[in-house]
Amino acid sequence: MRERSIAARRFKDLLVKILASLAALVGIAFLVWILYVVLARGVSAINWDFFTQRPAPPGMAGGGVGSAIVGTLLMTGLALLIGVPTGLLGGVYLSEFGQHNRFGEWVRFTCNMLMGTPSIIIGVFVYIIMVVPMKNFSGYAGAVALAVIMLPVVTRTTEDMLSLVPSALRESALALGAPRWKVTLGVVFRAARNGLITGILLAVARVTGETAPLLFTALNSPYWPQSLNEPIGNLTVTIFNYAMSPYPDWQAMAWGASFLITAGVLGATIFTRSLLWFRSYR
Amino acid sequence: MQLQRQRNFDPTFRWLATGCGALIILLVAGIFWELYQGSQLSLEKFGFGFLFSQAWNPVKADFGAASGIYGTLVSTAIAMFIAVPLSLVISLFLVELAPPRVSRVVGAAIELLAAIPSIIYGMWGLFVFAPFMADHVQPALARIGGPLFKGPPMGIGMLTAGIILALMILPFITSVTRDIFLMVPAVVKESAYGMGSTTWEVSRKVTVPYGIQGIVGACFLGLGRAIGETMAVTFVIGNRHEISASLFSAANSIASTLANEFTEASEDIYLSSLVELGLVLFAVTFLLQLAAQMWLKRTKRKMGVA
Repeated sequence: MRERSIAARRFKDLLVKILASLAALVGIAFLVWILYVVLARGVSAINWDFFTQRPAPPGMAGGGVGSAIVGTLLMTGLALLIGVPTGLLGGVYLSEFGQHNRFGEWVRFTCNMLMGTPSIIIGVFVYIIMVVPMKNFSGYAGAVALAVIMLPVVTRTTEDMLSLVPSALRESALALGAPRWKVTLGVVFRAARNGLITGILLAVARVTGETAPLLFTALNSPYWPQSLNEPIGNLTVTIFNYAMSPYPDWQAMAWGASFLITAGVLGATIFTRSLLWFRSYR
Repeated sequence: MQLQRQRNFDPTFRWLATGCGALIILLVAGIFWELYQGSQLSLEKFGFGFLFSQAWNPVKADFGAASGIYGTLVSTAIAMFIAVPLSLVISLFLVELAPPRVSRVVGAAIELLAAIPSIIYGMWGLFVFAPFMADHVQPALARIGGPLFKGPPMGIGMLTAGIILALMILPFITSVTRDIFLMVPAVVKESAYGMGSTTWEVSRKVTVPYGIQGIVGACFLGLGRAIGETMAVTFVIGNRHEISASLFSAANSIASTLANEFTEASEDIYLSSLVELGLVLFAVTFLLQLAAQMWLKRTKRKMGVA
């Protein structure tokens, strides 16, 4: 082996340490930069009208994104109603019934595939199966697209959380004569409750910030939502449309909406992560 | 009596759960089928030439995927070129160098990058980062010269899109490589330290070779993410259906074309071509995911986990 002086080796080591610390700093610097910009530009656009008014035509002062906030909440809520029960049951299948068989392997495998599918592809898919036959863009289609994105995430976290529950717990409940569904829903779910809630919250936070699947399912609309069977205003597509517009008022509004989305999504993420962290710390 | 009735629900429960599992398989198969069906018209008209044609002319109804595929590949390549070394070094920092408390805070901050919605990257990219690129970075690169850095520094374009993509996939690659570095047995590392190696020597000669397969899998995962990323790229890539060598020039990617033009497509053949673009994207990400999963699974088995 080549002989090298200890000083040279130490120097190289120091160099790499400095480089690595710098790299970590660069990552954090970009995070701070983005958050700072969103905060600085977003807060000034936010006032009472921002939450309570619907968008004003270009050139007119005032207006808000109240209708888009309602639309986003409606669609996320409906997506939750579709995606969470199916995801929970899918997770139950993987951890309770499909652990070691061929079909379970397939489900697990395609579940990972669906998680990695670009969200815009989900948008195209829902456009073909819902918007084309129904002949109009609708809040329902938007909610289904969001639910399809949520489903694999909830399924996988449910599986992970349920498989952490010791099988002794299941076996004792079964030995007492409890039926399988009661064991799963009453005992296993209760033991894994916190983890499940965390997983669901993270999935909801993720879809709230999604734009691409809504572009051609829910479209967008400047009006207050009357029914889910029509194009529905939503925050993320509103950001996209306003940012691409040439009007400074609208661009300012887009920053306000960006702040709202970032605060919501990051807030929920940090909240749930700190819950997890506190639990593991105790 | 009541218990018996409750037991009767068991098979139903099992079927419900299995049904939800089957739904996932059905969805993936359905996406493939519907995209294939939807692109029939374009498949018949353009055939295989679609993949290599640079045409994109809604008026003459002549479409090709070449510029979209090129833009997707180049912006992803730039992203990988930046993100892979950076995340490797960051995970080394997190695992080997930083004190536990610092490591936890920095690790959490890097993971937060993944929680920022893609549209926010787009807003920041278009209004803040692109002007920054135009004023400071691109003029400096233009001084290096060469065909890659030619043209007016507009801020938007392939390079900016690639850098933003790099930021977006950084947390994914970092978290997988960090986990892999953590799996290297302490005994192996300690033996190297015991022989008088420095931290860098241990990392380069023990930790990285030990985890190399996992690192490759992590890169595949990052690649799959970057290729399908839509909104951030749509904001900054410039949306031009032409191929040019310069990284400063405006371009397009498959995802950005879909985002921009899908609602505008009025003729059937236009829409069908867009759906075929989607099919190409889906097939590519599918293959990448497949490779990544197989690879990671094999690695984990080799390292004695799972």
